[in-house]
Amino acid sequence: MIRELAFIDVLYLIAAMRWTLALTAIAFAGGAVVGLSVALLRVSPVAPLRWLAMLYVHAVQGTPLLAWLFVFFFGLSIVGITVSPWIAAAAAYSIYAGAFLGEIWRGCLQSIPRTQWEAGASLGLSFTEQLRHVIIPQAVRVAIPPTVGFLVQLIKNTSLAAVIGFVELTREGQLTTATTFRPFSVYLIVAALYFALCFPLTRWSRRLEGRLHVAR
Amino acid sequence: MTYTFNFRDVFAAWEFLADGLALTLLLSGVTIVAGFVIGTLCAAGRVHGPPWLRLAIATYVEAIRNTPLIVQLFLVFFGLPSAGIKFDAVTASLIALTINLGAYTSEIVRAGIEAIPRSQIEAGAAMGLSGVQIFRYIVLFPALKIIYPALASQFVLLMLATSIVSQISAPDLFHAASIVQSRTFRDFEIYAVVAGAYLALALIFRLILAAIYQLVFVRR
Repeated sequence: MIRELAFIDVLYLIAAMRWTLALTAIAFAGGAVVGLSVALLRVSPVAPLRWLAMLYVHAVQGTPLLAWLFVFFFGLSIVGITVSPWIAAAAAYSIYAGAFLGEIWRGCLQSIPRTQWEAGASLGLSFTEQLRHVIIPQAVRVAIPPTVGFLVQLIKNTSLAAVIGFVELTREGQLTTATTFRPFSVYLIVAALYFALCFPLTRWSRRLEGRLHVAR
Repeated sequence: MTYTFNFRDVFAAWEFLADGLALTLLLSGVTIVAGFVIGTLCAAGRVHGPPWLRLAIATYVEAIRNTPLIVQLFLVFFGLPSAGIKFDAVTASLIALTINLGAYTSEIVRAGIEAIPRSQIEAGAAMGLSGVQIFRYIVLFPALKIIYPALASQFVLLMLATSIVSQISAPDLFHAASIVQSRTFRDFEIYAVVAGAYLALALIFRLILAAIYQLVFVRR
């Protein structure tokens, strides 16, 4: 039934933001685990491990996120598992975020001068000890601004989960459009809500980056 | 439960998928060219324009970069008709993708322009070059060379993002895949094949972009 776009609809849209945020949190957590592994493999002394991680990154960065969502949502049924949108989205976003975070964090690890590794080695630290005590503590500082920047990408990309029926902000917008038939106003509100989430993070990322350059 | 993979149905629909591929290539190509032009103009305006222009461009860039592409697409395709402006799915896709890429490109190009040392510009002025000549030969060209890798990555990401236009039923490669899926129920096979096709496309795009770099920036 078609009805007027009312204030309550705006409230529903705002409420739907919590699923966008929840999906972002899951995607980031999953992506962080995958991404950290990828970053560490990419700097590992064992060449085949480096190639494997590079292959993974290139494969994921060369395919659309939409394809991953569809493979997990529709494709997993062939092994007899019926997948809920939650599981499919969590898996697809972890794989996607893992590749991008992996590349970002690899860059941060590699931005630490070679001499720091050598200093660790000369103290008798093993590879993992060098990483844990010397390299990672320094790399984390460099990693924060681009990671926050990627978080913005992630929030925006959770909108694609709408296509597998995951009810977050964009899907809620589609549902509201279907009942009120006011697509322009509804999608404008949806866009404004995304902006309200992302813009502060963008600003924050930029400020952190500026501070990093000053500190150097 | 055992499952027998069957790619025959997928490959039987190859002509249909090829039509989709053609649109994906068309959307990517046109958007990359148009987005690059808009992005470069916006970057120039953002750095050298009057304050009102800078503010307008900054607003455009931030609005686009902080909202999802799919919402921008929905606004153009579903939203604008209620304001009396109606596009078919392909035109709406072209518009939304170009607006989107223009914003990202402008930020990348601007970073390049700002990386050109002031002394270079002064040297150009000292040689008697005009303002336009300085911008073209001393600022823009070296700036593009600096940011070319970032630009190339953005173009590849854009090509992958064109898959989103399938959601407003523009008949691109991904949309063709959805149709084949609903006809054959070979979910895994079709999306695996299409993902492979995008991967190959991404590789080809990277090669072409690398060749362009060689032609434009190295061989002269």
